[in-house]
Amino acid sequence: MNRSVNPFSSAPSPRIAILGGQVIDSAGQHSSSSDLYIANGSIQAIQPAGLALAGFQADLTLQAKGAMVAPGLIDLAARLREPGFEYKATLETEMRAAVAGGVTRLVCPPDTDPPLDEPGLVEMLKHRARGLGQAHVHPLGALTVGLRGEGLTEMAELTEAGCVGFSQSTHPVKDTQVLFRAMQYAKTFGYTVWAYARDPWLGASGVAHSGAMASRLGLPGVPVANETLRLYTLFELVRQTGVRLHVCRLSSAAGVELVRRAKAEGLPVSADVAVHHLHLTDVDIGDYDSNLRVDPPFRSQRDRAAIRAGLLDGTLDAICSDHAPVDDDAKQLPFGEAEPGVIGLELLLPLTLKWASEDKLSLERALTLLTSGPARILQRDAGSLHVGAQADLCIFHASKPWLVTNDSLTTQGRNTPYLGHELLGRVQATLVDGHCVYRAPTQG
Amino acid sequence: MPRSIQLNGRGELTHLLSTEELPRAILQKILDHASDFLDIDRMEVKNADFLAGQSIFNLFFENSTRTRTTFEIAARKLSADVVNLNVSASSTAKGESLLDTIDNLAAMKADMFVVRHNQAGAPYLIARHINQVAPHIHILNAGDGRHAHPTQALLDMFTIRHFKGDFHQLRVALVGDVLHSRVARSDIHALSTLGVPDIRVVAPLTLMPSGLSEMGVKPFTNLDEGLEGVDVVIALRLQNERMRGAMLPSPQEYFKHYGLTEQRLRRAKPDAIVMHPGPMNRGVEIDSVVADGAQSVILTQVTFGIAVRMAVMHLLSEVRP
Repeated sequence: MNRSVNPFSSAPSPRIAILGGQVIDSAGQHSSSSDLYIANGSIQAIQPAGLALAGFQADLTLQAKGAMVAPGLIDLAARLREPGFEYKATLETEMRAAVAGGVTRLVCPPDTDPPLDEPGLVEMLKHRARGLGQAHVHPLGALTVGLRGEGLTEMAELTEAGCVGFSQSTHPVKDTQVLFRAMQYAKTFGYTVWAYARDPWLGASGVAHSGAMASRLGLPGVPVANETLRLYTLFELVRQTGVRLHVCRLSSAAGVELVRRAKAEGLPVSADVAVHHLHLTDVDIGDYDSNLRVDPPFRSQRDRAAIRAGLLDGTLDAICSDHAPVDDDAKQLPFGEAEPGVIGLELLLPLTLKWASEDKLSLERALTLLTSGPARILQRDAGSLHVGAQADLCIFHASKPWLVTNDSLTTQGRNTPYLGHELLGRVQATLVDGHCVYRAPTQG
Repeated sequence: MPRSIQLNGRGELTHLLSTEELPRAILQKILDHASDFLDIDRMEVKNADFLAGQSIFNLFFENSTRTRTTFEIAARKLSADVVNLNVSASSTAKGESLLDTIDNLAAMKADMFVVRHNQAGAPYLIARHINQVAPHIHILNAGDGRHAHPTQALLDMFTIRHFKGDFHQLRVALVGDVLHSRVARSDIHALSTLGVPDIRVVAPLTLMPSGLSEMGVKPFTNLDEGLEGVDVVIALRLQNERMRGAMLPSPQEYFKHYGLTEQRLRRAKPDAIVMHPGPMNRGVEIDSVVADGAQSVILTQVTFGIAVRMAVMHLLSEVRP
C-alpha cells in the first residue's frame, strides 16, 4: 500500500528542500511558511518561504504548503515482534508502519521470544533494523535473564550492544530482593530502569479495571492498588539505590498522583502513558470487544481525566503508542483469554492531536510529548528542529481526515478499536537521517 | 452503548445472552409464555411440537450434566432433535479454536446453540460470529464464566412471580458467593428490570464484587441485617475449591456466619420463600432444615426451569434474523 524508499545506510545523503511548511522549531513554536534545507543528514537552513538558499541544488523537493514540518516522533514503546513472533508482525512491516506514522525513533521492549537478554540478540535486532534504513531502533534489555526475575543480565554488555535501558516489560520481578539488586546494579553503571507499575500478586490475574463494568461483565478485576502498591515499592527502591527510573504506561489517577509526589520530592523519575489511555475507558469494552483488552487496563473516566491533567502539568513526560500487533487467532477469543494489546504506531499522532483538540491544547505543546519529552528520557539530543540538528522529521497535515481501514494501515496488526473511525492528522512524508524514508501514496 | 446484540433489527430477541439490556416487555413475554407450558394445578410441564424438525446443539465447553439435562428435556418436550457436545473433551483439546468449532457445527444444520463456557463473554463472541456466518442460528447462553446465566434468572423470576405476584413491593436478598456468581448478576438485572425496589446482597468482603452500588444493589456483610424483612432469599452456591484458601478459611466458619439456618431465616418475613440455583452444599450455604423446610421452593424452581427454557427456545425459534 504505502510505498517507502529504502536507502542503504551507506548511500550518500541527498540534498532535500522542504518548501512552504509550518516548521515547528526547537522552542516548540511554529513559524508560518518556512523552507527547510537538508544535506549530509542534517538541517542546513530554516528560513522564510520563498527565499532561495544560494547554491543549494536539491535532489528532492517536497512541497509542504499547508502542512506542519515537525521533529520526527519518538515512540517509547513499540513491539516489532522480532525475534519470535513473526506470525504477529515482522520487522519489515512494523518499521514501515513506524515511518508511515511519522515515528523516526522508537524503543522496543524486551518481551520478544527469546527475550532480549543477550547481547547477540540485541546486535541482531539492531543490525536487521539498520539494514531496513528506516526509524532508529533502541532496544530495552531484559533486566533479568529470561525476564524470570531471578538472575541479572549482562547489563554492560547489553548496553554496548545498543540497549538504552533495562526492563521486565509486563513481567514484574516478584522477589523484591532481586529487584533491589537489579536497580543497584543498573545504578552502578548509570543505566535507567524502565518499569511497569504492576504488583505481581494483587489483581495480577485480572483482565479489566476493577469497578462496576468488570463486575457487570463478570471479568476478574485489576484494582488501582495493583499500580499504586508497585509505585510505592519502586519509589522506595529508587530512594535506596538512587537509580534513574522510568515508569511505563501509567493508568490510574492515584498512580499519576504518586508520580507527581515523587517528582516533587526530587526523585530521578520520569513516566509515560499509552496514547489509547487518553481516550478509552473500561466502559468502552461494551460487549467484550477484545480490542479493548490492554495491559494495564483502561480505567475510569476519572482516571482518564487525571492522565490528561498529568500530561498538562508535566507529571507525565511522554505519550507512547505501546504498539502491539496481535494476530487474529490470539484476539478472536473470549475477552479474558485474548492476548492484550492494540496497534498504535500509525495512530500515535492522530490520537494525540485528537486529545489536543479536545483539551484545547496547542498542537506545538502536544507534540512536545511525542518529541522533546521522550528525547529527554532517552537522554538524547533529538526531537527538535534547528540548524545543525540531525534531519529526523515528519511532515503532516494536522487537519486532514483519514479513515482507519485494513487498507490504510501499514502495520500487520489489525487489533484496534479505531477500525472504521475517521481521524485527523495524516503523515505526508518522513525523513530519517536526512533520507526520505516514507511518502504518503497520494503524494505522487 | 450500542444496541444489544441479543436483539435483531426489529427489536426481537434473536439470542438470549444476558438479562441485562433485556427489555421488560420481552422478559415478561417469556414468563407469560412459560405459564402456557405449565399445568399449574398439577405442577407439570406439558409437551408440545413447536420445534419438531429443528436441531438444538448443547455446546458445553464447561461440564455440567445437570444444566445440560434441563435444556435437553426442555428441547425434547418441544419435539426438537438434541445433540449434546461436551466440547472441552473433544475439539479444543485437539487445538481447534472456538470459532472453528462453531463453524463446523453451524455446517451441520443446527438451528440453535445452547452454550456454556467458563469464560465471561464467550457467547457474545459466538453470537457476533454467527451473525456473520449463519445468522439463522440462535445462541442461548447457558452460563458464561462469572457473567450471566439468563435462563436461571428467568426461572427465578418466574418462581418469585408465582409465589409473590407483584415485584414492586419486594425486598430480595442474594446470599453467598456473589463475586463468582453468574446467577447473582443475572438475577440482579432481572429483578431491577421488573421493578424490585430493594435488592440486597450478603457476603463476606472476599466474595463481594466491587462497584455493586452502581448496579443499584445494597451490600451487606452481616447476614442477620441483610435478611431483615425480606420476601425472597436466594442462597448462592459456594464452589468447593473456594471453601478453603485465600477467600475463606473453612466451610465451618462460612456456615456459622453465612449459612442459611432456621434461626437466621426468622429475620425474614414469615412468608418469605427460600430459593437456590442448585446444586446445594447442605451445611455450607444452607442448612438441611431450611432446604427441605416449608419455605423452600427449591424443587419447584427446577420444575419451572423446564417450562421457562421451553418458552425461551420456542420464542427464539420464531424469530428470523
